Amino acid sequence: MSIFSEVKPAQKLEPFKGVKTIAHEEYFTSGHRTCQGCFSAQTMRLLAKAAGPRTIVLGSTGCMYVANTSYYTTPWGVPWMHTQLGSSGSAALGAAAAFKAQMRKGKIKDEPINVIAFCGDGGGADMGLGAISATMLHPAYNLLILMYDNETYANTDIQISGCSPYGANTSFSTPGKVKRIMNQRWKKNVAGLIAAGHPTVKYVGTAVSSEPMQAMNQIRKALSIGGPTFLHVLAPCPKGWDYDPILSGELGELAVKTGIFPLYEMVEGKLEYIGKTKLLVNGKLKRLPVRDYLLKQGRFSHFTDDDVEYFQSKVDEMWDKWLIPGVMPVLKDLEADVVPA
Amino acid sequence: MATVAVEQQKHVEQEALITGAEAIAVACKLADVDVVTAYPIRPYDTVVQYISQLVADGEMDCEYIAAEGEHSQFEIVKHASACGARVFCGSSGVGWMYAMECLTVTPSLRIPMVAMVGNRALDDPGAFGVEHNDALSVRDLGWNLIWVDSAQECLDTALLAYRIAEDRRMMVPVAISCDGSFLTHSQALVKIPAQEQVKQFLPPYDRGELLMHPDNVISIAPQCNEDWVMEIRRSNYEVAAHSLGVISECYAEFEKVFGRKIGNPFFEEYMTEDADYVLLGMGTLSTPAKVAIRRMRAEGKKVGFVRLRWFRPFPAEALAKCLRRFKAIGVVDRDYSLGSPYLSGVVATEIRTALYPGDGPKPPVLGFICGLGGREVLVPDIEKMAGYVSQAAAGKSVPLTQWIGLRE
Repeated sequence: MSIFSEVKPAQKLEPFKGVKTIAHEEYFTSGHRTCQGCFSAQTMRLLAKAAGPRTIVLGSTGCMYVANTSYYTTPWGVPWMHTQLGSSGSAALGAAAAFKAQMRKGKIKDEPINVIAFCGDGGGADMGLGAISATMLHPAYNLLILMYDNETYANTDIQISGCSPYGANTSFSTPGKVKRIMNQRWKKNVAGLIAAGHPTVKYVGTAVSSEPMQAMNQIRKALSIGGPTFLHVLAPCPKGWDYDPILSGELGELAVKTGIFPLYEMVEGKLEYIGKTKLLVNGKLKRLPVRDYLLKQGRFSHFTDDDVEYFQSKVDEMWDKWLIPGVMPVLKDLEADVVPA
Repeated sequence: MATVAVEQQKHVEQEALITGAEAIAVACKLADVDVVTAYPIRPYDTVVQYISQLVADGEMDCEYIAAEGEHSQFEIVKHASACGARVFCGSSGVGWMYAMECLTVTPSLRIPMVAMVGNRALDDPGAFGVEHNDALSVRDLGWNLIWVDSAQECLDTALLAYRIAEDRRMMVPVAISCDGSFLTHSQALVKIPAQEQVKQFLPPYDRGELLMHPDNVISIAPQCNEDWVMEIRRSNYEVAAHSLGVISECYAEFEKVFGRKIGNPFFEEYMTEDADYVLLGMGTLSTPAKVAIRRMRAEGKKVGFVRLRWFRPFPAEALAKCLRRFKAIGVVDRDYSLGSPYLSGVVATEIRTALYPGDGPKPPVLGFICGLGGREVLVPDIEKMAGYVSQAAAGKSVPLTQWIGLRE
């Protein structure tokens, strides 16, 4: 057998069935310096808890490095290493390759080790996309890339990223006297992009940190399935989105219920909507107006009714006109895009 | 440091006609490298073409990854090395510069990576040929930098580089600079040591308490700001301060195990014993230089040549002691350092710095910039430069920096 096709088994992490079955041990504990209500840090906690002790974590530059992992006060109970901003993909690939080679040659004990690299939306959707894409092409390495998405470069003072929503007020897109909407870009569809471009990847998913049990089980599924996997986690950010920290959970839920952030998994190529998104798709839950989500956040406080309506129309388009609703922006018919003046 | 028994007589060396790049590939195989990354750019990339063939033929057992850019190439092996794997990587010219962010973090993370730089001119304009500015760009960052001049030295140095880099007193990367085309693509007869000899010489890579593995719960390179950055920089400074001694020890062990004499690891002297003046340079410049020196010697000129191998660490004291013997020195730079003191090349400036302290003689140091972009440095060019140095040795006033072989 060629060494390239030799695939080592991944850890088998059964899903947690109810709160009482979750392990007591925490592998992401005190020591971090993140903001009150930070759901990116919440994501890290869920990630470490779901993965368990036979794990290494590689963290690219971003909030979860700068604010989260400080010298002499590291919160990590599993080995952790910094990686450069655009290198989450390369970091995971290198670590997985190192373990695989050494195990094959008998240099270290042969056992499944979870290799996880995380990045923010800046490190993942912007700078590191190429490296993540390259890593997704290597089916023989077991690893997970987790992109926590707080929709800005949040530790450098809240600047727009490729994942910032249309119109959001950030320090790189502040509304002015003449231009109200400085961020004219629609949020990058990262999970869809990874799924479409890398057909051998066995797990691509989206998650929201306000659904902790679901997110942990998604992480466990991704780590167990083998090969390179990708999870995009929406992580509400009180500082960047400008809201009271008490609302983090509610905003995560609203992002899903308004249909702005669809939750789904592509498992070995098969698409399944999950959580509240599944209810929306099945018609068991009515999609809430985006206004309920947008106007709770200061970053959209400059929106006019036209802007809210435009935002709504784009979300409607995702659900009503995309061939695979919320996942693949392939339209059934071509229509003109009318942006508010 | 482990001592090695002298057993070279038992082993049979092989001899093969191979290029400098292939010699490094063979060394990687002998060193049992675990993870290799590739990305195409001439002229370094031939080394991974050879490695991929070794892997395909089942002669080398490693994870061989073609990356999507040099940045990833170096990040992949950086993390693989942190996880205990012996790694190899390389690049040339702007490819090396594309990896610059990763090159900066590798020494401070104490990653004993061995990289090959197939020296190439930086863009723009495009040129495949040799220039040393690519590798020199990391000279302040904690990388060890060596220039080699033969395929044999490529192989030997690659083995030495792993031993030096992985020494617990070092744990910092080594870049082996090979002049593009002149060395990377030129064949020569190379003695290939037996696997058992290499095993004797090169202990397994042991990262100890710095290892990334679930059994060793550590956090590597957290954010530390002004609280600790100076102390961490200082630890790399200490490595640099002690590295000359470690390198000397490793060369001594190399000579014992392989039974081949290298002598002074840091620089090679050619016909300097009774020389009045010398030229100094790095890499394959030695080929035309040695021919020219022999020719000038035949004419009765007392000229010699010094080939600098290790540029980082810079063997300042030993080199200064050597160079103070001469009446004048001409430094041949295959690089440029625009706006630098006296507009000289990088090596000339370093040589002047090395000679400045102390009460010993301070012979004039002339700087010559030549052979850029792969332009050949010919024997008459060397003779011309030697002529200027002889004038300086005779006390005449000569410009401090001159471009040689420039189209008028």
